[in-house]
Amino acid sequence: MQTFPGVGVSPGRIIGTVRQMPKPISEPPAGEQLAGGTSAEEATAGLKAAATAVHDELKARAETASGDGKAVLEATALMAKDTMLLKNAAKLIARGTSAQRAIWEAGASVSEMLHNLGGYMAERATDVLDVRARIVAELRGVPAPGIPSASTPFILVAEDLAPADTATLDPEKVLALVTAGGGPQSHTAIIARSLGLPAVVAAAGVDELADGTEVFVDGAAGSITVDPDDAQRAAAEAWATNASLLAVFEGNGATADGHLVPLLANVGGGKDAVAAAGLNAQGVGLFRTEFCFLERDTEPSVEEQAAAYKSVFDAFPGKKVVLRTLDAGADKPLPFLTDATEPNPALGVRGYRTDFTTPGVLERQLQAIALAEKDSEADVWVMAPMISTAEEAAHFASMCTAAGITNPGVMVEVPSAALTAESILREVGFASLGTNDLTQYAMAADRQLGPLANLNTPWQPAVLRLVGLTVEGSRAEGHNKPVGVCGEAAADPALAVVLTGLGVTTLSMTARSLAAVAAVLKTVTLAEAQQLAKLALSAPSATEAKAWVRERLPVLEELGL
Amino acid sequence: MPERIATIASRSGLHARPAALFAEAAGDVGVEVTIAMQGDPEDDALDASSILSLMTLGAAKGDVVVLRAEGDGADAALDSLVKLLETDLDAE
Repeated sequence: MQTFPGVGVSPGRIIGTVRQMPKPISEPPAGEQLAGGTSAEEATAGLKAAATAVHDELKARAETASGDGKAVLEATALMAKDTMLLKNAAKLIARGTSAQRAIWEAGASVSEMLHNLGGYMAERATDVLDVRARIVAELRGVPAPGIPSASTPFILVAEDLAPADTATLDPEKVLALVTAGGGPQSHTAIIARSLGLPAVVAAAGVDELADGTEVFVDGAAGSITVDPDDAQRAAAEAWATNASLLAVFEGNGATADGHLVPLLANVGGGKDAVAAAGLNAQGVGLFRTEFCFLERDTEPSVEEQAAAYKSVFDAFPGKKVVLRTLDAGADKPLPFLTDATEPNPALGVRGYRTDFTTPGVLERQLQAIALAEKDSEADVWVMAPMISTAEEAAHFASMCTAAGITNPGVMVEVPSAALTAESILREVGFASLGTNDLTQYAMAADRQLGPLANLNTPWQPAVLRLVGLTVEGSRAEGHNKPVGVCGEAAADPALAVVLTGLGVTTLSMTARSLAAVAAVLKTVTLAEAQQLAKLALSAPSATEAKAWVRERLPVLEELGL
Repeated sequence: MPERIATIASRSGLHARPAALFAEAAGDVGVEVTIAMQGDPEDDALDASSILSLMTLGAAKGDVVVLRAEGDGADAALDSLVKLLETDLDAE
C-alpha cells in the first residue's frame, strides 16, 4: 500500500480511479522543417485531417453541453477547420515548415490579431491558442490538453490546475482533485472548496500514477493511498453519509454557549450571491468586484457597474453585504489599470494602490456603489484592499464620504495594517482580514508555489498572531469595531474555531463550507475556543498548531473534516 | 459577379454566436462567398465561411456589408445569407 502525503485543502474521503490531466502541449521548435520524404502536399493533407478530427470532437462535445459552454464549444469547433487559419498554415508548409510548426505560427498570428482588436475578440484569442494546441496534439498522437472527458466519474490528477482548466471542470464527472504542485491557496484549492470536492495539493509523485489506478483520497488529512484497505473503504462510505448532513447550514452561526459568529459568503457576482443566499449565508463578507472588470480593456460605466452590484445586493435584502473595491494587479492584471511590466507585482501597484497611478477609477466605482445602494435593501459596507497605513485608510474613508457611502472599512492583508490596526480603525468603521494575502506577505511566500506550501498556511503562528493583534487594535481603539475574516482560513472548520477564539466577529467563506464550519463551531464554547486559540499561538510550527487543535476537536474526525 | 448588401441586425454584431451561425451557413451553401464592409475594395473581401475572418471584420449592429459569390446557385445562396444577416440572431 503506497501513500502519497500532501496538503489537504478541501475535506472529504473518497475512493475512485485516477485520470491524469494531460501535460500541456510543448511548442514545436522554431524553424522546424518538413521531415525528409514528406511533401508539402502530404503535410497539408495531414494537417487538414487533424483539424477535421479536432473539429468533430469539439462539435460532439458541444452537442452534449448547454448554455454558454455550448456556444463557446460550437465557435471553437468552427475555428478548428477555419479556412483563414488553415490557409495561413498551408502557406508556411509550402515554404518547407513542418505541419506542427506551421499551425503553431498561424495560430499565434491570428490570436494576436484578435487580441489587438480588444473586447470580445480579445477574449476569443485564447480559444484560438487552445484549438492550435489540440491540432498539434492530434498530429503528435498524444491526448488533447485540458480535462480528460470520460463517461464515468474519476479522480483528476494534475501538476496544478489553471483558472482556465477549472472553468471546464464538470463536478458531475470529477470525484476529487489531486495535484503534485500548487499550495493551499492555489486556484486548485479555491475551486475545490467552491465546488465542494475533496482535494489534496502538493502531493509530490502523484503525477506518476497510471490512469485507472484505484486510490483513496482523504482531503482533510491530505493523503492519497493506492489500493485502499477495508478501513479506508469504510471511511469513504461514512463520508458519503456525512456529506449530505454537512450540506445544510441552518443559517445561524454560534458557539455551543450561544456566542454569535455570523457566517457569511464570499461571492464574485449576482449568480454566486443567489446561490449563497440559497445556502442560508447570513450575508456577504466579501464581494469581489473585480469580476465585473476582468477581461475588459476599458473601464465599465458607472451605470453598468451599479447594475452588477445591485444584482448582489438584491440577493440579500436586509442583510450585510461587504463589498471590496477593485483589487487589480498581481495575479489579476487589468490593461487600463495595472502595469504588466512590474518586476515584482505582488509588491507592486495593486488593490487600493492603483488609485495612486490611475486616479478616478476608484472614485467612479464608489459612485456606482452608492447608486446601487440607493435602490436596494441590503446593508452595504465598503472596504479597500491592500491598505498599509492609517493615512491611506483616512483617505479612503474621505472618498467614501464624498460618494455618500456611510460605512467604510479596510482589508487587513499587509502585515503593517495588522500591526497598526488601532490607528487604522480610528479612521474607518471595520476591518476584514484577508488571510490568503496576509499569509503570503507575513511569510514572504508566493501563494501559487508548491514547494512553499508548508510556509503558506494560515496555521502559521505568525499569521495567527497578526490576526490577534488586529483584534487587540480594535479593542484598544475603544468602539468595538468589527474585525472579520474573509480569506480561505475561515472555511477550515478547525481554524474557524481558533479565529473565533482570537476574537474575530464574523467569518466569510465559500458558501459550500458554511455547513461544515457551523457544525464544528457549535460543539465548542467561546471559552474553549479561546483556549484553543492560545494553544495554537503557543505552537512552535504551523504543523503542530494544526495538529494540537485538531486533536482537541474530536468532532472533526467523526465528521471526516 | 452577383453581390448583395445587408445590414447587420444582431445586437452583438457579427461576433460570438451570430458569427458562428453565419460562418456555418456560408460554408454549407456550396459556393464560395466573400464578405467585405461596404466601401472596402473587393480585393480585401474575406472568406464568409471563416469564423476568424468574420471576427476580424468587426462588423457591428447597423453596419452594412457586401456579400459576393460566383457560380451555380450564387444568387440563391446570397439571398439566404442576406436573410440570416438581417435577422437578430441574438434574440433566438
